[in-house]
Amino acid sequence: MGLITELLKGLRVTGGTMLRTITGREMVTTEYPHEKRQKPQRFHGRHVLNRYPDGMEKCIGCELCAGACPADCIYVRGMDNDPDDPVSPGERYGYVYEINMLRCIFCGLCVEACPTEAITMTHLFEFSTTNRADAIYTRDELLMDRDGNVPHMFEDDPMIDPEELLTADGWVRATAPSGNASYEGVQMWQGTPGPASWSPEPTQDEIDARAEPEDG
Amino acid sequence: MNWAEAGVVLLRVIMVFALLLVATVINVWAERKVVADMQSRLGPMRAGPWGILQTVADGLKLFFKESVTPRKAELGAYMLAPFLAVIPAFLIFMMIPFGVPFTIGGYEVALQGADLNIGLLFILAMSSMAVYAVVLAGWSSGSKYPLIGGIRATAQAISYEAAMGLAMIAVVMFTATQGEGGTLSLAEIVARQDGSWAGIVPRWNVFPQVVAFVIFMIAVVAETNRAPFDLVEAEQEIVGGYHTEYSGMRFAMFFLAEYVNIFSMSAVAATLFLGGWNGPTWEGTLPAVLSAILPTVWFLLKTYFIVFIFFWLRATLPRLRYDQLMSLGWKRLIPAALTWIVVSSIAIGVRQFGLPWG
Repeated sequence: MGLITELLKGLRVTGGTMLRTITGREMVTTEYPHEKRQKPQRFHGRHVLNRYPDGMEKCIGCELCAGACPADCIYVRGMDNDPDDPVSPGERYGYVYEINMLRCIFCGLCVEACPTEAITMTHLFEFSTTNRADAIYTRDELLMDRDGNVPHMFEDDPMIDPEELLTADGWVRATAPSGNASYEGVQMWQGTPGPASWSPEPTQDEIDARAEPEDG
Repeated sequence: MNWAEAGVVLLRVIMVFALLLVATVINVWAERKVVADMQSRLGPMRAGPWGILQTVADGLKLFFKESVTPRKAELGAYMLAPFLAVIPAFLIFMMIPFGVPFTIGGYEVALQGADLNIGLLFILAMSSMAVYAVVLAGWSSGSKYPLIGGIRATAQAISYEAAMGLAMIAVVMFTATQGEGGTLSLAEIVARQDGSWAGIVPRWNVFPQVVAFVIFMIAVVAETNRAPFDLVEAEQEIVGGYHTEYSGMRFAMFFLAEYVNIFSMSAVAATLFLGGWNGPTWEGTLPAVLSAILPTVWFLLKTYFIVFIFFWLRATLPRLRYDQLMSLGWKRLIPAALTWIVVSSIAIGVRQFGLPWG
């Protein structure tokens, strides 16, 4: 008899899940290429090299990111700015900037190491290539356009949401004092204007309201 | 026998064959969908609407793949085994009546492959034959894991076939009281389940023979080597079991045989216990064509209900250990089936002849 009740218990679990799935209350997977899902705010996607709002590059070619990288996948060469036509506001700028995406472990230590917030992470995650050379991202792929758009290999991909590109920044968000009551409503990172000015730190109610639809 | 009669026979065979192939295509897809739903997944979605052509795509892929033969394989048995798996699976369904007979040009066409007077015995024989395919495939592959799978199949089949046969005996005994004399013909067994008790309960064998039904269902799941009794092809233990060394079309035949077996055995269960194609046809109120088709619809609904139970069990239960399998078969099912035979024969005897002291 014990066997039968155990059996019925198990059947109830699977049967109930089936009913909930059919009625659309509990579907975990989506039809990925057609239906994209909102990534978590602190998602570690591919990197982007930022610019100041006036179009100057933020990277100063200091190679601290390359030094911090545990996977040794970043290669940077700095070069002195031409005083008459500077690329970045400092003395030097990143003349060569390469990230080998095959080696990168997306830990975000480069973002943490960067003194000027030149390198940050986006929500982009589709990098499939058919040869290894294409997996090495150079300045052309990494540097954002003057209008703040991030170049991406699938440019006409309907999945690319410029809004998401501009707001996404895993590390900056991860180190922002979200949830700390004394910072509510304060706009962080004002000293260094980014691709877009960051929105003020949300209140706990806003965080909850944003989190709910993802759970449901 | 003239040409027209031969044509009718051929038509019946082709009908069964087509029905089984279409049902298999749907079953494989349906299983993946049902299991996906039970795991909050989408399941196949890309091939055709809701992925319904997934099986066709898989079949085509297997068709174009190379059939690799291991160097140590015993070629004769190795080649024979897939056919030995498919043919009995189809032959079982030949015995199943799946609709009321209709008349074309003066010839009566029964919706049944063949109405043998020993239909039930034939089904038992064929389901035993299917075990030979598994055992031969396991042995002739010349490889360790298939051999283990094949040997597991022998013991499992012997254990559970006994319980299945004993459960059938109870049904046959009960059927004998429902009409003139005993019968093993499935068409007759279905015909005797027509009507209802007290106007509301359908006269299906499942109600008086519910214990036999449960035993039969468990034994059938074991007989078709389905989870939770799929020790014969346990992926986690012995790779693919008996079909590890098969690829391409030969593997596809084993796959086809498994799903045809599920459908056939579900049809047997529906026929023996759920009244086969019996069901309301509303003759007179509905158009004649609809009334003629309805019995087949009832039959398919009942069969798919049991097929769904197969899927449900697979999505729910973990695989049994081998000693659990054996003790369930020999210590639980067979004694239960024997006891049920005694109980139901006493009940039948009392109803037929009265109390021995009365």
